[in-house]
Formats: sequence, C-alpha cells, structure tokens
Amino acid sequence: MQSRDWLQLLLYVAILAAITKPIGLYLVQVLDAKGRTWLDPIVSPLERLTYRILGIDPTQGQTWREYTRGMLLLSVVSCLFTYALLRLQHLLPLNPQGLGPLSPDLAFNTAVSFTTNTNWQSYGGEGTMSYLSQMLALSLHNFTSAAVGIGIAAALVRGISQHANPRLGNFWVDLVRTTYYLLLPACTLFALVLVSQGMIQNFAPYTKARLIEPMTVQVEKKNDKGETLLGTDGKPLLEAQTITEQVIAQGPMASQVAIKMLGTNGGGYANANAAHPYENPTPLSNFLQMLSIFAIGSGLTYYLGRTTGNQAHGWSVWAAMMALFVAGAVVCWGAEAGGTPGTQAMGLASADGNMEGKEVRFGIFNSALFATSTTAASCGAVNAMHDSFTPLGGLVPLFNIELGEVVVGGVGAGLYGMLVFVILAVFIAGLMVGRTPEYLGKKIGAYEVKMSMLALLILTLSILGFTAWAAASPWGIAGLNNPGPHGLSEMLYAFSSATGNNGSAFAGLTTNTPWYNVTLGIAMLVGRFLMIVPIMAIAGSLAMKRLAPASAGTFPVSGGTFILLLIGTVVLIGALNFLPALALGPVVEHFLAGQGRLY
Amino acid sequence: MTHPAPSLLDPSIARPAVAEAFRKLHPRLMISNPVMFVTGVGALLTTLEACRAAAPERGFTLQLALWLWFTVLFANFAEAVAEGRGKAQADSLRKSRKEALARQLRGGAEEKVPAAALQKGDLVVCEARDVIPGDGEVIEGIASVDEAAITGESAPVIRESGGDRSAVTGGTKVISDRIVIRITSERGNTFLDRMIAMVEGARRQKTPNEIALTILLSALTLVFLLVCVTLKPFGLYSAMNFPVPVLVALLVCLIPTTIGGLLSAIGISGIDRLIRRNVLATSGRAVEAAGDIDVLLLDKTGTITFGNRMATEFLPAPGGSAERLADAAQLASLADETPEGRSIAILAKERYQLRGRELGGPHARFIPFTAQTRMSGVDLPTGEGRPPRSIRKGAADAVRAHVQGLGGEYPEGVARIVQEVSRAGGTPLAVSDGGEVLGVIHLKDVVKGGIRDRFAQLRRMGIRTVMITGDNPLTAAAIAAEAGVDDFMAQATPEAKLQRIRAEQEAGHLVAMTGDGTNDAPALAQADVGVAMNTGTQAAREAGNMVDLDSNPTKLIEIVEIGKQLLMTRGALTTFSIANDVAKYFAILPAMLMGTFPAIAPLNIMHLQSPSSAILSAIIFNALIIIALIPLALHGVAYRPAGALSILRRNLLIYGLGGILVPFAGIKLIDLAITTLHWV
Repeated sequence: MQSRDWLQLLLYVAILAAITKPIGLYLVQVLDAKGRTWLDPIVSPLERLTYRILGIDPTQGQTWREYTRGMLLLSVVSCLFTYALLRLQHLLPLNPQGLGPLSPDLAFNTAVSFTTNTNWQSYGGEGTMSYLSQMLALSLHNFTSAAVGIGIAAALVRGISQHANPRLGNFWVDLVRTTYYLLLPACTLFALVLVSQGMIQNFAPYTKARLIEPMTVQVEKKNDKGETLLGTDGKPLLEAQTITEQVIAQGPMASQVAIKMLGTNGGGYANANAAHPYENPTPLSNFLQMLSIFAIGSGLTYYLGRTTGNQAHGWSVWAAMMALFVAGAVVCWGAEAGGTPGTQAMGLASADGNMEGKEVRFGIFNSALFATSTTAASCGAVNAMHDSFTPLGGLVPLFNIELGEVVVGGVGAGLYGMLVFVILAVFIAGLMVGRTPEYLGKKIGAYEVKMSMLALLILTLSILGFTAWAAASPWGIAGLNNPGPHGLSEMLYAFSSATGNNGSAFAGLTTNTPWYNVTLGIAMLVGRFLMIVPIMAIAGSLAMKRLAPASAGTFPVSGGTFILLLIGTVVLIGALNFLPALALGPVVEHFLAGQGRLY
Repeated sequence: MTHPAPSLLDPSIARPAVAEAFRKLHPRLMISNPVMFVTGVGALLTTLEACRAAAPERGFTLQLALWLWFTVLFANFAEAVAEGRGKAQADSLRKSRKEALARQLRGGAEEKVPAAALQKGDLVVCEARDVIPGDGEVIEGIASVDEAAITGESAPVIRESGGDRSAVTGGTKVISDRIVIRITSERGNTFLDRMIAMVEGARRQKTPNEIALTILLSALTLVFLLVCVTLKPFGLYSAMNFPVPVLVALLVCLIPTTIGGLLSAIGISGIDRLIRRNVLATSGRAVEAAGDIDVLLLDKTGTITFGNRMATEFLPAPGGSAERLADAAQLASLADETPEGRSIAILAKERYQLRGRELGGPHARFIPFTAQTRMSGVDLPTGEGRPPRSIRKGAADAVRAHVQGLGGEYPEGVARIVQEVSRAGGTPLAVSDGGEVLGVIHLKDVVKGGIRDRFAQLRRMGIRTVMITGDNPLTAAAIAAEAGVDDFMAQATPEAKLQRIRAEQEAGHLVAMTGDGTNDAPALAQADVGVAMNTGTQAAREAGNMVDLDSNPTKLIEIVEIGKQLLMTRGALTTFSIANDVAKYFAILPAMLMGTFPAIAPLNIMHLQSPSSAILSAIIFNALIIIALIPLALHGVAYRPAGALSILRRNLLIYGLGGILVPFAGIKLIDLAITTLHWV
C-alpha cells in the first residue's frame, strides 16, 4: 500500500467530486423536455424528427403506470429482437469469422442480460459474437438499458420533488433525450479518447501472429472423426501440440467499450474484458475507464439535489456513497496487498501481495480499485479475475453487489436503489424525531414502506433463493470448478451479480449450461424489473403527495448525521441479510486460508 | 389535573396481566402481530423437536423452547399490562355510570324513566343532587354542576342554556338550581362510554403510522425467514446439517421481536398518558397527528394571557404625583369588584403601601360602571376637614368629557400618555378628582409567566404559534411581541379562523387549535387536531377530535408532546431492535460453524463458553430485553423540546449505538451466568 497509490485514490475521488456538478447540471437540462444544451442546433431537429416518426407528443406527461408500461414495452420488444438476432447471426452479414448461432438458453441469457443492463456473459465475445451481433444487438441495449435506468431515476426524483402532480414526465422523451444528448455524444468523445490510447476500432477479420517463442501444450488426442480417444483408464488420451501462431481478435472495440463503461453495462468486447491489451491499452485508459463508471451516476446525485431544491441533500447522498466506496476499496486493496499466507509461506513475492489473476500492467492497487468501482456501480467490467482475489479481497466486490449496488451504482439504478435505502432510513430514524417520517417534505406512509421493503425482499429472495437452489442441486454443483467455501462464493457471486444486474463474475464457475443460463436469466429479470416496478410505484405515490414546508422539526436529510445514518442503514441491512451466506463462503475461506488450506 | 400513573408492579394490574398473557396465545389474536406469530410458530416447532430429540440434545432443545415461549409470553404480558392500566381507569369511570332514573319531560309533564331508555332528542329535568342521565345540552335554566366524576376536579362548574357553556356530560351531578336538558347522544355512545371504550382499548384500531411500521417489521421478518431457510442448504453444501431448533433460535433472534412485542403496548400507553392528563382523544390517529403538528392556533385569552386585564402602572399627569394618583385610583376602585378594579387596588397597595381604608363613613356613594357613562368612581362627602371629593376613572374620552363638563382642563400631557399606552397595546384608564385629571392607569393584558419560554421551545421543535384574538391589530401586535408568538390574527372571526386553517393546510402544514364555542366548531373540524374544551358547547365537542376535560387551552402543548413521544418511542425501539441483531449474529453464527470449521474461533469475539451456551444466551437476552423495556414502552422515551437534528443525534446515539453495544454485554453476562449454573 504505497503512497503513490494513496495519491491515485485521492486523485480519483477528487476528480469525481469535480465532475459531479457539471455533469449534474447537464443532466438537469437533458432530463427536462424543455431543457437547453449547447448541442441543440445539431440534435434538436433530429429529436423532433424522432418524435414525429414515433408519434410521440413530447409535452404529454405520463403517470407512473404509463411510464412503467412504456419502459416494459421497450424492454420486451428489444429483448425479443436481440434473441432473434443472436439465434440467426450465422445468416446475417458482418460475420467474417462465420460464427454459428447461439443455443436457445445462451441466447435467452444473453438477450436478458443486455436488456437488463447486466451484461453477464456466459460466453466469450471473440469466439461467439459476430460484429453485427456486437454492434446491433448488444450495443443497442447498452444504450437503451442505460437510458432506461437514468429515466427511472429521473421519474423517481420528479415524484419526490413535485407538489401533488401525478405526471412523472414522458418515458419516450427521457429515452430519446438521454440517448441523443447524453449517451451518444459522450460515447463518441470517449471512444475517440480511447482510440488515441491505442484501442482498436475496425471491421477487419481476426489476424494471426507468429509466436516469437513457440510453446507446447497437452491436448486431448482425437481420431479422424474428431472424437476424443480414451485410454484404458477411461480418461482422454493426451498428446503434445506445439503452438506457433496466435489468433488476435479484431473489431469495432472502442465504440463498444465507451458505452460499456459510461452506461455501466460492463459486457466486454473481448472475453478478458478490460484486462485485454486492446480493451485497456494504457494506465491512462484504465484510469479513465474507472472514472467513466462513476461519471453519470455521480452526476445524478447532483441532479437529485438540484431538482428537489436541496443541494446539500444531493451532496450528502454523494458523500455517503463515496465513504462506502473508499472503505470498500481500501479493504479490498489491503487484502490483496497482504497476499495469501500460502504464497507467503512459499516465499513467493510476498511484497507484491496476491498477483494471481491480475494483469501485471495494472498491479494490485489498480485491480482492487477497478474491482471495487465496477461492483459498487452495476458495471461489471473487470480488469482482473475477481475469482482469484484473496477471500476478503473478493468479499468486497461481492458485498458491494449485495448492498444493491447503491454505492454510486449503475446509471440511474444506483440512485433509485439508494433512494429506497434513504426512504427506509428516513422512516425508521424519522420516527425518532417524533413526527410522521418525512422525506424532503413528503410523508412516508405505509405504501412507500411496503414498496421499499418489497424491492429489498425481492433482491434477497433472488440472491439467496437461487444460490440455495444451486448449492442443493446437481445442476448447480455441476458448474463448480472449485470445492468448499470458494465454490459457494462462486455461486453466491453469480446470483448476486445477476440479480444486482452487475455482470461481473467469479469466473471459476461454468455457467454456460442450460440450468445456469435460465436461472441466471430469471435472476436478472427479477433483479431489474421487480425492482423498478415497486420503485415507480413509490414515485407515483410520492408525486401525488403535498410538499410540506421544512421547519426546525423536519427530519434533516443532509449533513454528517444523515450521512452516517444512511451509511449505517445500507451496511446494516446488507450485512444482516447476507452475513450467514458470506460467513459460509469468503469468511470461512479466509480463516481456513490462514491455516494454509486453499480452494 | 393529572392522575398519577399506577406503579408498574401494582399487583392489581400485574396479576391479571399474567393470566391475560396466556389467553393471548390464541392464534387468532397472535396473527395480528406477524412478528410474534412467527416467534410462536418457532416455539411450537422447537417444542416438537425437543420431544423427538435424544437425551443429550433434549435438555438444550427444551430450554430453547422454553425461552421462545417466554419471548411470546413477555410480549403478551407487555400488552396486557398496558391494557390493564387503562382498564383500572375505566373501572373507576364506570362507577360513576350508576343506573339512574331520569325525569323525562313529556308534553310538559314529568315522568320517571330509566336513564338507559332515553333517546336522542328527549328532554329531561335535573335539580339539585340529580345525576345527569346522559350527554346533552342545557336548553333552559342555569345550574352548578359537579363534574369530578370525569375531570377529577372538585370545584363545581356553571352550566347554562345558550352561550358556550351549555354542554353537560352524563354521570355528572347537579348541585344547585334546576335545568332542562336535551339529550344529544344515545346510551352506549355517550361521552363516558366513549371514554371507557378508549381507555380499555376495546375500539383500538391501528393508526396509519403503526400500520406502516407493522409492514416494515413483517417484511423484515420475511427477509430473515429467507435468510434462515436458505442457511439449511448452504449448510448442507458445507457438510453441516444445522438442526431446526438452532435455525429457529437464529430466526427469532434476528426478527424484530423487541419492537414487535412492545408495539401495541406503546400505542395503548400513549392514549393512556393523554387520559391521565384528562384529555380524551376520539382516535389513536388524532394522537399521532398531534406529533406532526407544526402550526398551533392559540386563543389569546386564557392561554397566552390571564383572562383579564390588570393594572400595571400609574402614570401621573405632568406635574402631578404618582402617589396621589394611586390613592385616588384606589379609592375609586375599592368597591369595584371587577378583576380590573381589584388589580388597581392591589397595585396601589404594592407600589405605595396604600391600604384599603374605611371610606369616608357611610355616606360614600359609589358610582358603578355603565355602558353609557363608561366611567365608575366614588363620591365622598365632607369630613374630617376635607372638602367633598368626586373621583372618576374610565375611558379617556369619557373622563375628558366629564372634566370639561365640570369646567376643568384636560391637559395635553395626559392625552399624550393615553396615546402611548394605547400604542403599547394597553388600555388607558384616566382618573379625575373633581375637575382635575390626575393621570392615567395603564391596564394591560398580562402574559402568563413562562409562556414566552414555552413558545421558544415550540419554535425549536419546529412548531409555529399563531395567536388568535378579537383585539384590534395594535393591541394584538403588542401582546404578540411580548408573548413571543410567531404570528397573530387580530379581530379574528370564526370565518377568518377557518380560512386561516385552510390556508395553512394548503401550504402543507398540520394545524392544531383549541376552541369552545359553537362558532369554533367548523374550525375545530377542519384542524388536524382540534381540542374542544369540556366547558364548551356540545357542537364544539363533537367537532373536535379531542376533548380537554380540564378546559385548559395550554394543554395543547402537552398533547403535542405526547404525540411526539409516542412516535419517538416506536422509532427508538425499532432502531434498538434492529441494531441488536449485530451482536446476536456474533453470538450465534460462530456457534453454528465452530463444529465444522474450528478455524473461525477468532469470530467468537465475546468468548462465549460453548456453542450451546452462546445460542441459549442470545435467546435468553432476546426474551429478557422485552421485559426490561416494558417500562420504556409504557412511559415513553425521555422527551426534550429541541430541534429534529439534536433529537435525532441523541436518539441515534442511545438507541442505535446503544442497541449495537448493549447486547454484547448482555449476552456475555448471561453466558457467564448460565454456564456457572450449569444449565448447558
């Protein structure tokens, strides 16, 4: 844990703090149908044209039900479209590698995964997806799912700030404006920056490179028909094979990566995701990618403050998020820097900590920081193998996801998730000031509590329920490559990641099986839509309420006490829900590792 | 007046409550409290397991089952005690509802009928020593009535037809004169009946806030149920078969049993506290709303000021002496029995040691105040070498006319003093002796001592006070400034009051007010909390959602405090209950895993003796904490008027941080005790 790393952490948080206000102010304009931006001269005609073609009246406000219906319609239609495209990719153009169609369960899993902003990948990108699939099917979702998240967050914030007005804005307008004014321009700019760092952007077929140093590997021996030959002991026969060439994947990478990071999607172009030299070429590209994960989510907290007329509240929410983030990053980094007792006993580079599964170019600190931010947000892009982290180092990303990814969080999703915790915190602690709990002038009643708890219950049910099923069923166990507590952590991580719409993985688990593809797909759907619907119901209910003016007796939603309260609520609820499962996974593993047992 | 709360250990309440705790085990009663219902089911499951278990396990499982039953019983006991305290009060009320014969008027003739047979609209006659047979309105006559039965106040009150003091309550007693009453509510729905029902909790419905909290607690229970149920397969995966009783123990420790067990006791005791202060609320909802109030409309008279104006200063005419003025004023007031007159005599005595004297013999002639002359005074005949005197005191312009009529002069200086007094919100009273103006008495509405601090407290709590008065704006402003209210309404009419309440509500405020007259009824009905005075009209009492039996308008402030205390107690115990879970995890989880993974021993940070003792200690703590917190639930958390932030900080520290730390100590102590006693 060197001082230059501390400096980088400081720089990271400082830059985030600095960009929060400008991004927030821009968001205020984007999320207002009458907002003004400097892009108006170019984009405005396009925006009006889109409305005309789609038959949308941009002045027409929607109730929470109408808004939610629009969101669901878009999601269902685009999900089916992607499913069809993936199943038919061998018949469609832009497939120079001649890649075949995806299996039904994998296509379902992938379509759901990208629709829900999860980007869980049961496949390796280079060997599975044609350029068309990458650019049209997956990229489309990267934009729309991000825009949906931002729209839902905006609708909730409007509900909080409005005085007895059931209209929460127009879903289609939010979708179009967020895409046109925010995501497309920002991604274009970001893609160019990434290209400047050496990231590729082409339609070339995969290239072959001659290895400077040929290597020999053991492969299964096959007969002429391609069947594996078995030895007398029933195990496949192995033979030595000398490799002299390597295939290097090509393609339109920078454009994909820009939205993958800014939209907190996380689905890698390459299987190695941000650890791939093309997908993360330089230290600067690494730093910028980490920043881009939090950029919009961070700006949304400013939007919250500005729209509700309580900027101190917006900053307090931001501060609570940052405190949780820095704490997680430091724990993860410390655990990784400490290494494992096993490697230390062998005298292996103990000074460098645990380097297993990490890209040497990034090292311990940047891997830990990337892992913490990608899971704090619902991004899921990775530049190191989380599966190879130390038990406690891996606990941090896992716990981050289980908190509901409310530490900045996915674009929009992080804010609306956090606001559920705010409502719960305000309700419980609000009673303690001797008044009916009130959040920014809106009374929190039985309905809001019911919906908030429903969202929380669904999250817990999906994560614990599916993991328990996996742990108890042959289909679940079949995917395990690691026994013992680490295997449990892998399954827990998979369903946490799917439910939390994160998409990163403890990749030791083989999940491209029908059972995992289907259950993970369901977990993603549950984690996305069964969260959004109760939250929109809260937005609708709050929108109808009158705003009570603030007084000295009003529950304070800014300042140190509130920040501590919010942090306490998030950690306590997260911990209470998942402590037993975590105890049997990473915690036990940690103590066993101390005794020299590894998994 | 207030009734003292009975002691918690009062056997007359505690003994029946124990029996009641068992009776409440009925599933139909339990289901209304989901948290305790789950606990009950867990206790049942554990009991069954204990019956099936083999010898070494049986003792432990049996103890677990026992403590789980205790947890349920303790919660039932808490509720029963709260109800019992109410019942004790209801019984004393019921005594006053003796079966009486009513003297009903039918077509002018009197007829004796049982009080129970009276219908709404019937007319009855009551004379001295008659018990009033039902709630009603005096339509004829005037009488003094002893209302001690319901108010506990022994001084009789006047009830008369017309005006604002026409309502009478069934069960009270006429002590003099004769009145005719029109019955306004039927048997079973009288004031006394409602009061008894309220106290007994018979008609108790969950308040909105209680419903929201119950949802939160039920959902948390579901979440923890999920956590514990999934722990079974997780355990099997890790080659550990967690026994059902252990999982039940973990579940019961995690679900919010503390607040779940005490929730209804908190609600009942909140209403009980109101009744002890002689306030009757028509619903628990009203009590809760009282905590949310942020605008108080207070009548000036009786609440902010003593009802009457009092002399505060003698201001002599230029060149005159204050002592002479005081002397004349006192002489003129000696026979004046009005509070103003008495206050003048007293002030003269206090300031100038002037004693009330024999008034110039039997010939002194008092001039009483009339609306025409607007003056009063005294004429003294000659005597003991003094010339005859004719002293007058009264409204400045009346005295001016009087003096000028006698050929005297009304000095410019006096006119100036009169103006100054008016501007300060006082009432100037000019005093003349013959044709000479001696000076001015400053009469003033005297603001009650301490009320200014009270308003400052309210302001810190975020509550705005608005003074309502019929005075002119100038006077009103002066009194408002002196009393420290935030705003005032001068020359307020009932319509203006109603408008004001609507406007405040429109702006998102919750408004409370007190009222007594019939013309207050619309405003009382519109206010979120309307407290009617018991001395008021029946219309006012019906319109409000609370009645103050003491008819003390200041009580409103106490009502607000009780409402706040009720909500704070709920929040504090909820926080405490959830915070407790941290320590319980640290007790039970290591105990569950230690067998298979001895490596996790460092997680046993409390160094509990054995897995069994750890689990049992957590369960025992969980049960005992309910008993320990019953007094807090019944009395409410300590309340200090302060801003939301400082209250929040304080309570978070005590119930949040305290809630995390206390169980660590508690569980450790219990663990030491039960291992010393060899229970495990």
